[in-house]
Amino acid sequence: MKLSIEEVRHVAELAKLELSDDEINHYALQLSAILDYAEQIQGVDTSSVPPTPYVLPLSNVMRDDELGECLPNEAAVANAADAKNGYFRVRAIFEE
Amino acid sequence: MKNTTATELYQLTVHAAVAGLTSGDFSAVDLTRSVLARIEQVDGQVCAYLTVAGEQALEQAEAADRLRAEGDSRPLLGIPLAIKDVLSTEGIVTTAGSKILEGYRPPYTATAVQRLKDAGALVIGKTNTDEFAMGSSTENSGYFTTHNPWNLDRVPGGSSGGSAAAVAADEALASLGTDTGGSVRQPASLCGVVGMKPSYGRVSRYGLIAYGSSLDQIGPITKDVEDAALILNAMAGHDAHDSTSLPAPVPDYTASLTGDIHGLRVGVPAEYFIDGMEPDVETAVRTAIEHLAGLGAEIVPIHLPNTDKALPVYYLIATAEASANLSRFDGIRFGPGGKADRLLDNYRQVRGRGFGREVKQRIMLGTYALSAGYYDAYYGKAQQVRTLIKRDFEAAFADVDVIVSPTSPTTAFPIGEKADDPLAMYLADIFTVSLNLSGMCGISIPCGFDRNSLPIGLQILGPSLGEETILRAAHAYEQTTEWHARRPILA
Repeated sequence: MKLSIEEVRHVAELAKLELSDDEINHYALQLSAILDYAEQIQGVDTSSVPPTPYVLPLSNVMRDDELGECLPNEAAVANAADAKNGYFRVRAIFEE
Repeated sequence: MKNTTATELYQLTVHAAVAGLTSGDFSAVDLTRSVLARIEQVDGQVCAYLTVAGEQALEQAEAADRLRAEGDSRPLLGIPLAIKDVLSTEGIVTTAGSKILEGYRPPYTATAVQRLKDAGALVIGKTNTDEFAMGSSTENSGYFTTHNPWNLDRVPGGSSGGSAAAVAADEALASLGTDTGGSVRQPASLCGVVGMKPSYGRVSRYGLIAYGSSLDQIGPITKDVEDAALILNAMAGHDAHDSTSLPAPVPDYTASLTGDIHGLRVGVPAEYFIDGMEPDVETAVRTAIEHLAGLGAEIVPIHLPNTDKALPVYYLIATAEASANLSRFDGIRFGPGGKADRLLDNYRQVRGRGFGREVKQRIMLGTYALSAGYYDAYYGKAQQVRTLIKRDFEAAFADVDVIVSPTSPTTAFPIGEKADDPLAMYLADIFTVSLNLSGMCGISIPCGFDRNSLPIGLQILGPSLGEETILRAAHAYEQTTEWHARRPILA
């Protein structure tokens, strides 16, 4: 099991992480070692074993659709790097 | 080291401080000033706190004294507590130990913290943590490394290392940590204090900056077991803001501290006594098990056969969940923004520069485990093996009341020793991760010291909502030993 530099670049792009060439090389080695270690579960017989995504016996927890307390608008945008008129300001999504 | 008979207010346990406040021996302002002075005295060496909120704490202490004079008798009135910096505190900077949240002031308070405040407690500061709780030593903090009060050249454990060190150094009466794979119990063990992970769903996670959502749980770090029960009393219970909080009633946990464990069935799993465990740790834990037998407990050898699969399963599931949870950090709604002209470049830049090395590594690992073509082999397979690990515990708890083991295979290790070797660092959690995968509860209590005078922890595990039983067992042990009363000497 060895992750190639190309695969690491692809994963970094999926995760939206800007990485230096040094970091790419570092993660290629480290992630390969960790995945090698994780390989040991591949040999476990799990045919007919259901997955456990969460441990609680709860499902479909609902509440009444009623308006509750909300954050005031100014509190919601107070930590934004850029905000205007109570909105988060972001760069244009569509290019000309 | 020395045995404490408290001579300074900052040395008190929560329950002793409550008694002193109630009888009027001292005020909440006296107590808070004493803790702040202690922080001033030793935190330059220990580095437990990221933020000390001294002014706000003193204002709240004054208010607590006024309220007490008017007849207020809430259980934690005027008690100063330290809070791990992954828990949101309105108006107090909360960074999760990450540069990507530098300067962030949450607009609301986490339910667990709010409930402590509702019981009268005040927040004295925010404690250091591995970035986003990812680590076992606090060396992954984006700010600095916390030092173990028992030996300043050693790690305090992690990720709640700041919270554990603060309590061990008497810089807080008690604190909150969070435990995703052992992050309350392991630092408590390495710092010689009590650390409890409640059952998944027992304490609301609302306002906890998420790492692995199916594993995370908030727990108390305290000087003794009674304090853990007092804090759990205030924190536990259903919360409409967290759909994974259990609607089960909350008992008075202090009522379970009877001192009587006659007939308690104590399971000892063979798989938890492995090669690589330090001999002093094994000796101390085996002696502790004999001690429990001496108190009337019945010792039962058991097996948890899938124990050796727990670490790889944990690291696949936790990182997969983390990669999703941490996608919200994009530099738009909180944290420092980026400077790139295009939106996607801005995301990449903010995240690439704001996250530290280990966090990026875990995001990458989780993203890979969830990506097309690998999902079934990694994330899907890990969820199936998780079922087998959980079944091991369910089968064991059909026969025994609690399970005991070492909390950590080693005592506190030197700062820097494992910093460049993630796999070696991950092994620090080998005895703690299974509990999070199974959703059950556990507590670490001091049970001895190694040849270097470093603390050793005994882990006591219970089934889901078995908190009363593990507290009873831990308390019975503690009250008939003296390990918990020792404190490090800091100049």
